[in-house]
Amino acid sequence: MNTESGPGGASKTVLDVKNLSVDINVPAGTLHAVDKISFHVDEGETLCIVGESGCGKSITSLAIMDLLPGRASLTADTLMLEQENLLVISKKEFAALRGNRMGMIFQDPMTSLNPVYRIGDQMEEVFIHHGKGRRKEARERAEYLLDKVGITAARSRLVQYPHQLSGGLRQRVMIAMTLMCGPTLVIADEPTTALDVTIQAQILILLKDLQKEFNMAMVFITHDLGVVARIADRVAVMYAGSFVETGTAQEVFEKPIHPYTQGLMACIPVPGSVTSGERLGSIRGLVPALVGDLEGCMFRNRCDSVHKACETGYVGLNALSEGRGYRCRMSVQECIDAGTGNLLTTGV
Amino acid sequence: MMNDAVQTMGAAGAQPGSEAPMLECRGVGRNFTVGKGFFSEKKNLRAVQDVNLSVKRGEVLAVVGESGCGKTTLAKMMLGLLKPSSGEIFIEGVPISNVDIRQIARKVQPVFQDPYSSLNPRKTLESIMSLPLKVHNIGTKEERRQMVEDIMAMVELPKRLIHSYPNQLSGGQRQRVAVARALIMKPEVILCDEPTSALDVSVQAHILNMLQDLRDEMNLTYVFISHDLAVVEHLADNVAVMYLGRLIEYGDKKDIFSNPQHPYSQALLDSVLTPDPSKGIPEIALGRGFPNPLDPPTGCSFHPRCAKIMDNCSVDNPSMHDLGSRKVECHLHS
Repeated sequence: MNTESGPGGASKTVLDVKNLSVDINVPAGTLHAVDKISFHVDEGETLCIVGESGCGKSITSLAIMDLLPGRASLTADTLMLEQENLLVISKKEFAALRGNRMGMIFQDPMTSLNPVYRIGDQMEEVFIHHGKGRRKEARERAEYLLDKVGITAARSRLVQYPHQLSGGLRQRVMIAMTLMCGPTLVIADEPTTALDVTIQAQILILLKDLQKEFNMAMVFITHDLGVVARIADRVAVMYAGSFVETGTAQEVFEKPIHPYTQGLMACIPVPGSVTSGERLGSIRGLVPALVGDLEGCMFRNRCDSVHKACETGYVGLNALSEGRGYRCRMSVQECIDAGTGNLLTTGV
Repeated sequence: MMNDAVQTMGAAGAQPGSEAPMLECRGVGRNFTVGKGFFSEKKNLRAVQDVNLSVKRGEVLAVVGESGCGKTTLAKMMLGLLKPSSGEIFIEGVPISNVDIRQIARKVQPVFQDPYSSLNPRKTLESIMSLPLKVHNIGTKEERRQMVEDIMAMVELPKRLIHSYPNQLSGGQRQRVAVARALIMKPEVILCDEPTSALDVSVQAHILNMLQDLRDEMNLTYVFISHDLAVVEHLADNVAVMYLGRLIEYGDKKDIFSNPQHPYSQALLDSVLTPDPSKGIPEIALGRGFPNPLDPPTGCSFHPRCAKIMDNCSVDNPSMHDLGSRKVECHLHS
């Protein structure tokens, strides 16, 4: 598992996470929302965490930002933002990092902007709060960034309220606000899900351009495989609180190994390669409840190649190479053979 | 008079080879009056303008477009929930403006986007699914129970859930309940307004497969409203592209997807992100601003965002041009 976080090489590692777990106390017991995940993001790199609702991807992002609800408890071996050990710093020190060196873009710009404050005031607040300068400098920075994210007539927009902007513009404002203090790490939690497809493409291009310009590390959380394929450098597929497959975008999309990843790929209609009108592949069953003591492979109740061995023990990540791994008891070849078998029987 | 119309509706449905399309819109438009402020003048919002389309029995028509383009207003008119300001909608050749809404409901049923808000949380699945039967006074209590059980089998819901409440179900199961409720009256047309956009991809695949199976089994006609063009490509026979209340391209799906003629359809198709990591993010030749529908641009309403703008686009209204298998409203084809 340690092979996932490399020595760094040429580019600097911005975020390094090892064996991060989040447990939440619920009336029925302990809910293991995130179970021993490890990853790292380098400067100028995009890591996509992809998974379905309830798989723990949003909890992961909240854990990194120290925004977990009170009932949740976090454990990790390593949680480093550059040279800063996030596990030992105080609440106050963390607050000084949040919005400053690490920024977050949320899914719904309608609810994440304060409706009763002008856009300019909301943007400047972060800047002034973190002591980056006075109001005049803050205003200049806000204007500069609004222009950067493609909002014309930035000066007049600063005095507007969120409700006066369209969804696409609001998301641009959110992105500009995140960049106010020049963060080294940006966590984007489904930033384009609430937007139209045409606007989505524009926002993705914008994020990519800004990332290049400011050399930010980005953790991009989404459930949309199309978005992942186009924006990710590396991909982590998350299921039931743990990463079931990791690798570069190329590797994961061209040769998915884990049965869950293969299932996901078969589920989506792809113009051009899936004949229209034919049945789509599907994954049977439901996501298991993650409460109590968990044993074995979490995907076994939905897997077509389940064995006796899948029910017990801890299934770890089989590392194939630097950053490439999958979490299954079967060998790579067995996984792939089983996958094509499934595809044949479902007629895809 | 109402009864006459009702009878004709029934009669037309009985003839299998009847020429009249299942659902037809002729010049349908809808205006809303919007008050901008307490003292300011009321304004006229033309949500849908001059829409002409027809859907044959067993066909799947997809309506696509950005949010705010009038898709849902059109759907509401097809359901008889809104009266068109102009034009007329026909079901099997019968105009629906004089028909009782309950009679329309026997022919056209909706499935909504969000199964978390479209089901009453205080009712059991049985009472949710049997409500249409009660409203139409069909069967005794026992017969209704039987019909609910049959329909549950059809949408692959386990029988034991019959006394459950919606909050005990997963998103996919809820959407199955919504489909079952729509199907229990044995309608001819199902109007799906973004039926899978609130669901995860693995669940979406189940629901799409089910909708296709049901279409074959019950010879249903679908009007499918969606912004997910990959899903549209997968399901639809015909596609209607809407922009700012107008139908700008309408016709055979294969033709539109392989060779879109309207610059807006082109941009919309370019923005589909297929899971192919070798391709980058598409650069879309489309300006940013969705125009204010209260103050639409002159001439062609798409011209401020159009990549192929010509001199007359901002002046003249384009008209619908027939290109054989499809129609396009653009000056490029005049």
